[in-house]
Amino acid sequence: MKSWKELPIGAMIIEPGNSIEYNVAQWRVFRPVLDKNKCTKCGLCWIFCPEGAIVRNEDESYEVNLSFCKGCGICQRSCNVKAITMIKEEGL
Amino acid sequence: MFKTIKDLPRDEYLAPGHRLCAGCTVGTAVRQILKASGGNVVVVTATSCLEVSTSYFPQTAWRVPWIHLGFENSAAVAAGIESALKALRKKGKSNEDFHVMVISGDGGTFDIGIQALSGALERGHDLLYICYDNEAYMNTGIQRSSATPYAAATTTSPPGARSIGQRTHKKDLVGIAIAHGIPYAATACPSYPIDLMNKVRKGLDVEGPSLLHVLTPCTTGWRFDPSLGIEIGRLAVLTGLWPLYEVDRGVTRLTVQVPKREPVRKYLELQGRFKHISENEINKIQEIADKNAEKFGLGPIKE
Repeated sequence: MKSWKELPIGAMIIEPGNSIEYNVAQWRVFRPVLDKNKCTKCGLCWIFCPEGAIVRNEDESYEVNLSFCKGCGICQRSCNVKAITMIKEEGL
Repeated sequence: MFKTIKDLPRDEYLAPGHRLCAGCTVGTAVRQILKASGGNVVVVTATSCLEVSTSYFPQTAWRVPWIHLGFENSAAVAAGIESALKALRKKGKSNEDFHVMVISGDGGTFDIGIQALSGALERGHDLLYICYDNEAYMNTGIQRSSATPYAAATTTSPPGARSIGQRTHKKDLVGIAIAHGIPYAATACPSYPIDLMNKVRKGLDVEGPSLLHVLTPCTTGWRFDPSLGIEIGRLAVLTGLWPLYEVDRGVTRLTVQVPKREPVRKYLELQGRFKHISENEINKIQEIADKNAEKFGLGPIKE
């Protein structure tokens, strides 16, 4: 986090979308793990994720970006073929 | 017009790292809304969960032009922005084609902001007003609003020996909006993304004011497991408590058909805020769903 001396005058935020610098991964209790063999590439987890933590690649494959995931489990519930499982984080 | 999930744009205009609760469907709804808008929007946000959790100084989750206001004047400021953009275009000082969109919570729409909303709708500004409705003031600690449904428990409508929870019924926001004679108003739910995104597109493209009322289940205030948000939204639609319809220039049309309705009990028993209610209240809530079904042409209850 920047100190007040480094911030622009007038409490301006000059970089759009800079909340990606904040690490939400520390909120997580359960971690989604995607089984690519079971995945049918339907995209439901991607459109229902409240964070945008599911990445939709150019070849229509999907993966989880764990640095943005809060571990809510909506992706697991939305997956009809049960390709996503929630695993408890270690050290909790 | 979006038809399948593959048609939906990849662009993310709400950056990850915002501080909405894990499992909050407002995040889902706003992602879908901004995807549908294509990024050519000025977003006006009244004080709400969305506002406080997306703009933690010195960070912001917005990748579109965004302005934050108090509870009461979001529609008035959006009307001002729309007029200013129109004036700049008229004078030839700008040729940018920006739409103006308000995203406001149910407190900022149903209670505190309704005067400004009514004014903006009446004056006919070209803006899309989106109310995301989590059915109480969740941001300040789950106080009741006039969007809280019958019999729900909140901190200011607590259930007990002499109380059933919320005593009054939810306002009909789309009805209020249509009474102003606006060209387009609709209900939506992030559990039905294609439906929601097409309605956003329609609301932005239409000439004049339009309103979208989006139900966003709240894991903290409705007291359910964070993973259930999307399913609860879907059950609200399937039980008939949240019919998805649009009113396009006076013609009401159901956009998501429900051939067989689920009983409301299925929707209520998943939520802690309805844990206290008796058979009598369940029957009364079932009557609300039956009335909706009759009004919008939903199917009979599943056996």
